Amino acid sequence: MNYEISLLTTMAISVMFALSLNLITGFCGQISLGHAAFQGVGAYAAALLAKAGWPFLATLPVSMLLAGALGVIVGLASLRVRADFLAITTMGVVFLFVGVVRQQDVLGGELGISGIPDHGLGKAGFMVVALLACAAVAALSVYIKRTWMGRVFNGIAEDEDTMRVLSIDVPRYKLAAFALGTALAGLSGAFYAYHLQFIGADNFGFVESITVLSMVVFGGIGSVPGVVIAAALLSVLPAWFQVIGDYKLLVYGGLLFLMMRFSPGGMAALARRFFNPVTPQGGRT
Amino acid sequence: MTRPDKPQPLLVVDGVTVRFGGLVAIDNVSFEVREGELLGLIGPNGAGKTTMLRAITGVARPAQGQVLLDGESLNGQPIHQRIRRGLSLSQQLVKPLRGITLEENVALAAAKAKTVRPLRALLHVSSADELAQARRELERVGIAALAGQSPATQPLGVLKRLEMARALALGPRLLLLDEPLAGLNSKEAHALADTIADINRQGVTVVLIEHNLGEVLRICQRLVVLDNGRKIGEGEPRAVMADPVVRTAYLGGDTVEAKHA
Repeated sequence: MNYEISLLTTMAISVMFALSLNLITGFCGQISLGHAAFQGVGAYAAALLAKAGWPFLATLPVSMLLAGALGVIVGLASLRVRADFLAITTMGVVFLFVGVVRQQDVLGGELGISGIPDHGLGKAGFMVVALLACAAVAALSVYIKRTWMGRVFNGIAEDEDTMRVLSIDVPRYKLAAFALGTALAGLSGAFYAYHLQFIGADNFGFVESITVLSMVVFGGIGSVPGVVIAAALLSVLPAWFQVIGDYKLLVYGGLLFLMMRFSPGGMAALARRFFNPVTPQGGRT
Repeated sequence: MTRPDKPQPLLVVDGVTVRFGGLVAIDNVSFEVREGELLGLIGPNGAGKTTMLRAITGVARPAQGQVLLDGESLNGQPIHQRIRRGLSLSQQLVKPLRGITLEENVALAAAKAKTVRPLRALLHVSSADELAQARRELERVGIAALAGQSPATQPLGVLKRLEMARALALGPRLLLLDEPLAGLNSKEAHALADTIADINRQGVTVVLIEHNLGEVLRICQRLVVLDNGRKIGEGEPRAVMADPVVRTAYLGGDTVEAKHA
């Protein structure tokens, strides 16, 4: 029973994380190759606060706030860059995160943070809270899609120049997407820290960023049910099949590549933004 | 507040110069757009008409001069703010959002008040009012029957009208039309020109960029003529077209400054 509880908790955290990226990449069309950094900020915030004696629930808003704040900073930096450069910028963020955390003794350095205090909810209780939080994030996603914010995001994803002519303050909406998406990634990070009770910088690196992106792409860019199912499935596969765990990057990278190469619509559009930068950039340098 | 005797022009273009690198696309051009008029902005290919429009909407930045709306300078304001202050642009290259219907495209413009800030947009779900307005605008340009269709399958004539409906849904004080008749056959062009004249009669000030001189002369009350980035004529249509400088620019041949290719 303990195994199933742990598995469901892992699933809930992954789904939350994937939905948070779906807000930025799926809804608003802004690609991020460094989303794990924001989950990392949330996880480290929760871990340090927990060690300082904060109760579990109190760490959640702080994790969200810190991750969201970093998200706004990255968002501000990326407002000037177009889709092709955004991929590179966000990739830089995750390497920066891992690099900085490794050098800081306060953040556990190379060893990470272990012995994170218990949440005091019991394993089943924690699972229920994680599932509730996950359901809340999914409900929020569905709601956003139905609001004018969702309609504007959708327009920006398709053609931001036209949205400007339709009186839309495009940078502000992009920032809103970044703030929301990264804050929710921070929330998933807090759950992650309490669930594993040990975190290290490598838990939030480039591989994890690609993993979560492949969950979103596999589920279908922008589709809430699709992303929920894909994230739930892909998060437990490594636990069921040892091979997948061993060849994580290969499997997820391959999946990402195949989806982008062969699936139409939103995924094809993402593929265009993802693969285009390479050619003109390479040509110029 | 003291009111001037003469009504203030709605838009003033004051000594605007636009440069692209070393190329001067617009050279010290000034003109006014009066409230309620239908002004034609014409000139041969490469005269700088579209660049002029881009300088007004904020896509292109003037190196010198300024654009004033209601006496207030628009310099330094981003595109979306200028649109919110009452400008509206119908682009030469029609760009509908292809994933949504015609009426949803127009509704997105009609929702201007709800989408002013992300937080406000997040708190509004209902699109009933905007869709109703969208259908009225589609009616205005004569394609109400296609409201529920996808733009992906529509011919250019419909998309041109959609582009105009979308610009109208912003509730503009000044509607800027960039070659709305281009690519239409003469019958379609005639009908759309009638629609533009109607919209103007309903109280919307219009600046029309157009190559179709026949329709321009038929519906415009005043013309501004550009050639090689300079203003070479302005005034009542027949008088302007009778001007030898304007005629030469249009018909080619030798001018005072011979053109070197």
